[in-house]
Amino acid sequence: MFRKMTKWSVMKELILKDIDDLVIGSIGIVAFISFFVGSVVTIQTALNIDNPLIPKYLVGFATRQSVILEFAPTFISVIMAGKVGSFITSSIGTMRVTEQIDALEVMGINSINYLVFPKFIALSLYPFVISIAMFLGIVGGLVACVYGGYASIDDYIMGIQIDFIPFHIVYAFLKTFLFAFVLATVPAYHGYFMKGGALEVGKASTTSFVWTSVVIILLNYILTQLLLS
Amino acid sequence: MIEVKDLNKSFGEAHILKGITTTFEKGKTNLIIGQSGSGKTVFLKCLLGLFNYEQGSISYDGKIFAQLSEDKKRDVRADIGMVFQGSALFDSMTIAENVMFPLRMFTKMSKEEMLDRADFVLKRVNLENAHHKFPAEASGGMQKRVAIARAIVNKPKYLFCDEPNSGLDPKTAIVIDNLIQEITDEYQITTVINSHDMNSVMEIGEKIVFLKDGLKAWEGSKETIFRTDNEVVTDFVYSSNLFKKVRKMYLEENQ
Ligand SMILES: Nc1ncnc2c1ncn2[C@@H]1O[C@H](COP(=O)(O)OP(=O)(O)O)[C@@H](O)[C@H]1O
Ligand SMILES: [Mg+2]
Repeated sequence: MFRKMTKWSVMKELILKDIDDLVIGSIGIVAFISFFVGSVVTIQTALNIDNPLIPKYLVGFATRQSVILEFAPTFISVIMAGKVGSFITSSIGTMRVTEQIDALEVMGINSINYLVFPKFIALSLYPFVISIAMFLGIVGGLVACVYGGYASIDDYIMGIQIDFIPFHIVYAFLKTFLFAFVLATVPAYHGYFMKGGALEVGKASTTSFVWTSVVIILLNYILTQLLLS
Repeated sequence: MIEVKDLNKSFGEAHILKGITTTFEKGKTNLIIGQSGSGKTVFLKCLLGLFNYEQGSISYDGKIFAQLSEDKKRDVRADIGMVFQGSALFDSMTIAENVMFPLRMFTKMSKEEMLDRADFVLKRVNLENAHHKFPAEASGGMQKRVAIARAIVNKPKYLFCDEPNSGLDPKTAIVIDNLIQEITDEYQITTVINSHDMNSVMEIGEKIVFLKDGLKAWEGSKETIFRTDNEVVTDFVYSSNLFKKVRKMYLEENQ
């Protein structure tokens, strides 16, 4: 991928375009999902602890833990495998079947560098998307908690601060970085090496989504076992 | 001039090109013809360096491509223009951006110089006022013109076209064929065209290489193809009744 780098003036444009398509273009849906899933997690937790001995702040605590550890890094990444992953596979796959990749190669351009490198750079901003997901998930929980009368703002805020382990943040972002890598490589591979026509582009996108999610879920298991237990 | 010697190419067990030897001359439109599946595209992709081959050599103006250093290979590549069967325009770029792309990648031209050059070649292929359209908004014939413009923008010495008029109506097809021939003559390019279209053969077949099942079965020109008795060629050429009649008339006229 790094041999025969594309001219910087051209590469810069490709990177900016991919940041726009892959990162900026995902923020809306990620924000929407995070806010409401955060709310639901809070409501579910609150409804399941009606024992008066359990302190109210636990709702905030449980929301924070599930949002930061699993929901934002893993669940959002699986959704991104559908959104960003299929986009990468179908756009590169279309270029393959319409001979646009051959056209690049004939011109002596390293097509992997031209197509995949900018996506890597763009997706290195992916942790930024996940930070938004974490923040909005917790805010969603807060709003649901107060609006539904499950606990007071103070209880919730106390809950999200209690027993805070900084390593959890390291763990979450380490996962995020690895998932970003998976989101760039697996779909690009499925697009670049596909054969056939328009129908196969559709099939390749589906296969790529399946494999990207499988890899993310398995990696998540391995990392959690290694880092947290 | 491009010289091909004993070119052999297989995919696994399938032997596709079986020892092809021929030359393609400068300033001429050289046609590779044959049925679908006869190996035309594979041959062209070997010429372009997109496929490796087990045996044989291809030389560009005396330089054997496989023996060149990476730098020298790149120099040869910079002299190659290619028109793909489906045009292969970059669909994320406008028509003008497509045409300027090789200049952006390989020259140090300023934006104005690139625009001038793009204007010039787009005029040359009779396309004006389409600069800001995207390929998806252009007709098949227009896309083909853009592909030709992109292929010649960096003044190539060698031009390759894979079935440049497939999918076009007969009238547009002839316009495109003639355009390629004019450009070839005007800039003295070595042009190699894949085709299975007898109209093209009659319009622009200055040199014709006939492939059958990966073998060179015949070679000649549009003047000699009607006179040959080679059975595989006559089978191919006279598969249509129209051409059977044309041949009869031709032979009567030239007795
Ligand atoms: N990438 C490839 N891998 C394996 N076989 C191929 C490949 N490309 C072409 N072939 C085979 O080579 C033969 C010639 O194909 P091609 O050159 O495309 O024919 P055409 O004369 O129609 O252009 C066909 O039998 C085709 O199946
Ligand atoms: Mg072909």
